[in-house]
Amino acid sequence: MKNLVILGAGTAGTMMANHLKKRLDLSQWQISIVDQYKTHYYQPGFLFLPFDTYKESDVVKDKKDFIPKGVKYIQEKIERIDAENNEVLLENQIINYDILIIATGTKIAPEEVEGMDGPLWQKEVFDFYTFEGAKNLRDKLREWEGGKLVVHFTEMPIKCPVAPLEFVFLADDFFRKKGMRDKVELTYVTPLGGAFTKPQATQELSYLLREKNIEVVTDFNIERVDNQKKQIIDYADEAVDFDLLVTVPTNMGDALIERSGLGDDLNFVPTDKNTLQSKAHENIFALGDATNLPASKAGSVAHFQAETLTDNIELFIKGQALKKEFDGHANCFIETGNQKALLIDFNYETEPVKGSFPFAKLGPMSLLKESVLNHWGKLAFRWIYWNMLLKGIPIPFVGRNMSKSGKQLK
Amino acid sequence: MEKVFNNIAVITNDEGYLESFDQWTPELAEEIAKEEGIELTEKHWEVIHWIQEQIKNEVALTIRGIKKTGPVDIKTFYALFPKGPLKVSTKIAGVPKPKSCI
Repeated sequence: MKNLVILGAGTAGTMMANHLKKRLDLSQWQISIVDQYKTHYYQPGFLFLPFDTYKESDVVKDKKDFIPKGVKYIQEKIERIDAENNEVLLENQIINYDILIIATGTKIAPEEVEGMDGPLWQKEVFDFYTFEGAKNLRDKLREWEGGKLVVHFTEMPIKCPVAPLEFVFLADDFFRKKGMRDKVELTYVTPLGGAFTKPQATQELSYLLREKNIEVVTDFNIERVDNQKKQIIDYADEAVDFDLLVTVPTNMGDALIERSGLGDDLNFVPTDKNTLQSKAHENIFALGDATNLPASKAGSVAHFQAETLTDNIELFIKGQALKKEFDGHANCFIETGNQKALLIDFNYETEPVKGSFPFAKLGPMSLLKESVLNHWGKLAFRWIYWNMLLKGIPIPFVGRNMSKSGKQLK
Repeated sequence: MEKVFNNIAVITNDEGYLESFDQWTPELAEEIAKEEGIELTEKHWEVIHWIQEQIKNEVALTIRGIKKTGPVDIKTFYALFPKGPLKVSTKIAGVPKPKSCI
């Protein structure tokens, strides 16, 4: 019997388990998936939790419910991958693999910035990339009486790079509806050159910040959080005052990757951007947020990657050449508040542009343009996630590779 | 758009970044730097070559990446390329500035 081992039962790992169970000969292959945690979080929901739009129960389910029968689920802490000997050392046992798939995702690392996890952490300095952070922030926002709200991200790459922008848009909407928008100063702080960085998006969307009266601070590379003065300070000694800071700390791959010597500076696994094979070992593959690919870290990306990787695992077993197929395809809804959202669809080569999706002319979704329908799409997505994506069911009319049809390309 | 730096004509985007790295030469880098008010020293060149190497290996450029494996510390990086060091140094190195997905 041969062993295929998947590390991580989050979005990417769970999808791989469901795909491979249908495609591998289970009389010859034992598929195992390892994860130390019990709970599967619907992470896009962390954006809605702070504003009381979603309840806790909307974003939480049991990981086990999504692992198919016939796949062995091991709930144990992973100590280390020993790639030279094709072994994974778990807390209580050692498992061998013929093929290893790394899907251990990314985590926030507030300790990377001096003072970020200081006395104000989870009191006046919050993240919304963890269940606890989003929940604590919700409790804070319920009683907060106004002041300077600063929304900030530390550096790229971060999971879902549009989330901090969405947060600031939804915050504007939230305070407006609460009748206290005049009591809140909203500031968006980014290490990049602008809130939008791609030419088309900048041209089409810059009005959103003006319209919502959001101040933008650019090129801000945070050095430290001053818990006493309640300031964030960058390497050029520029300071931004806050009463409430909502930050996205540095995102890093799992510490396990560092312990195993398989990661880059940020513990992401160097991976071939088209085949999803790891660069260091031919029988190790990686997908989702755990890789160092120049693609967005997002569930949709993991979904498209999973389809390519499943084919490549089959080809690898047959000893055939891998498909250089994955194109960086991402597809994301972006909440802009007031029951509207944008949709973007792009890949390594093509920046987000205007157009209709998934069908040329017919839409019904519009790209890079606010619409109510896109907002409904984002809300419907939660159902699609639990019922289709995790189970490896393809989304109708949305292929793994980006389609140029319907896009207004130059 | 076409841009001319002291008799060297190149194609850049609206913000002055080279459309393709093929056009880059050390002489051109000197000229772009001058426009940014920077006289290139040996330290600048170390950073420029490091950035080009990162881009070639498709490694995302970040301030913390410089802190961890870059040739200079962050304060020096700011001193060498004032006012948005990543933005300025990438322009001189002939590579795209760091971006998000939109």
